[in-house]
Amino acid sequence: MAEAIAIRSVTKQYVEGTAGTLALAGVDLTVNRGEVVLLMGPSGSGKTTLLSIMGCILRPTSGQVRLEGHDVTAMSEKELPAVRLRHIGFVFQGFNLFPTLTAGENVELSLKLKGLSQRNAKTEARSLLEQVGLGEKYDAFPSDISGGQKQRVAIARAIAGSPGVLLADEPTAALDSKTGKAVLGMMAAMAHKDNRAVVIVTHDSRMAEYADRIVRIEDGRVVEAA
Amino acid sequence: MPPLARRNLFHDKVRMAVTLTGIAFSVVLMVVQWGLFEGFSGSTSNLIDHSGADLWVTAKNTVYIDQAVNFNERKYYQVLATPGVAQAAKFIARWSVWKAPNGRSESVAVVGYDPDVPLGRPWGMVAGDPQQVKQPNGVIVDRIYADKLTAHNLDDRAEVFGYRARVVGFTNGIRAFTTAPYVFTTFKNAQDYTGFKQDQTNFVLVKAAPGVNIQKLKADLKARLPDNDVYETAEFSAMTRHYWMFTTGAGIAVLMAAALGLVVGIAVVAQTIYATTMDHIREYGTLKAMGAPNSYVLGVIMTQAAIAAALGYAIGMGVSIFVVHGAASGGANIVLTWKTVILMAFLTLVMCLTAAVVSVKKIFSLDPAMVFKG
Repeated sequence: MAEAIAIRSVTKQYVEGTAGTLALAGVDLTVNRGEVVLLMGPSGSGKTTLLSIMGCILRPTSGQVRLEGHDVTAMSEKELPAVRLRHIGFVFQGFNLFPTLTAGENVELSLKLKGLSQRNAKTEARSLLEQVGLGEKYDAFPSDISGGQKQRVAIARAIAGSPGVLLADEPTAALDSKTGKAVLGMMAAMAHKDNRAVVIVTHDSRMAEYADRIVRIEDGRVVEAA
Repeated sequence: MPPLARRNLFHDKVRMAVTLTGIAFSVVLMVVQWGLFEGFSGSTSNLIDHSGADLWVTAKNTVYIDQAVNFNERKYYQVLATPGVAQAAKFIARWSVWKAPNGRSESVAVVGYDPDVPLGRPWGMVAGDPQQVKQPNGVIVDRIYADKLTAHNLDDRAEVFGYRARVVGFTNGIRAFTTAPYVFTTFKNAQDYTGFKQDQTNFVLVKAAPGVNIQKLKADLKARLPDNDVYETAEFSAMTRHYWMFTTGAGIAVLMAAALGLVVGIAVVAQTIYATTMDHIREYGTLKAMGAPNSYVLGVIMTQAAIAAALGYAIGMGVSIFVVHGAASGGANIVLTWKTVILMAFLTLVMCLTAAVVSVKKIFSLDPAMVFKG
């Protein structure tokens, strides 16, 4: 399997005033295309920091991050948004849909950011919503659909433009168990069928059945990778 | 662009209404104050602007029309003898006192012109014509000042500086900048009405022959009349406006009020757009996390500002037109020209885009990692 993300000796220190907090203390991790990796660990263990670094939203204090073969740690701050746009899709705990746009327009927005024309974005957005089983909700506003449906719209938005990496932060936290499993099942299928790397931060051990690997983090270190 | 900017802007209708009210209020304030400025400014120089002359010969060091020193009318003949001069006319503009039959006295600005030469005549005639001042004691006044002068009808009588005056015509819309209305009459009558000696004049108005270079004619006249100044009409008009509007401070006060409108508008719009931005801060964070470039986010916020500007301007200009017409019937001189309409559209847009800068700076410095915090 091709390497999608490679984290090498990554540390992250947050500095506030004169005090420093070490959030990651030398993490090594590789995520390949076509696999689902769950990042698990207690609150404050560094899971979300690691996910943010994988997503090129945070820069590590030291170490190297390669994404789809690019050394993103060597890139400037200005280059990173374009890397995120091209290679990464995000799914958030709170869905983070734009409430004033319809489900279809939320997906269209992502596609247009990636350079698609209005017409192509509309066609593609409809197709993506159909993939997640929400073709008929194209014109529905987020306030008019259920939590599970919102997360499926968010997934459709995340895979718009076919990024090689899908990063999800507690995607099932706001969903009931049954809906949560359905969402994870969908994401796992997207990893396996579309040869995409999927990294999911979660507290919920019941989701383990969808993972190809589970990486446990404690105190900023990988303590178990299975 | 998906309609994010428009949808976010109209999402909170109460806030949108407040924004538009603020912008419209600013537009009305700017239009009215700028219109007053233009009205004042125009009325200071309207005699010059409507004179039909190309050049004005004045006493040395004259800086504005209302305080010109008189000089010997022999200069008039020297002007007439200058090659390139098609027509010339002696002209008086000087304050005096109007006394109505009921005993009421008013300061007036007597304007004396040669009725046989089409220079310096009254305009906007609604009764009579400029040549009728040739009738004995004939004067022309403006309808606006009919009550002030107790001169409502043709043939109404009065005294000016102790000499008889009889209304032989009315204009409509010739406002004086000062409280003294214009009283148009013949040059000869004006000499009496202002206490001029019979060989004195205030100005000589000059019309150049067709094809004559005005600059050259001006230079020739200056060479011929070393004790006088010679100005082009636009130049003398600008000098007069500048004197009244800036030397006296009258114009500055009005301009400051117009500037205040701009500042109020910026403050109102900045506050509202900032509040709207903060309401949607998580969405902007999401956009940045997804990889949207700053230029896209800038486009969203600036589009909101531009939409608010367009709607607020339309409402404000509509109200302004209503106010300007209302003010005109109430006697105030607020000038609204196409130039002002375009200028205000530009200023409103600049005002709203400037107001959006605070929000743009906030979003540019936003850490996209915020999207992972709950």
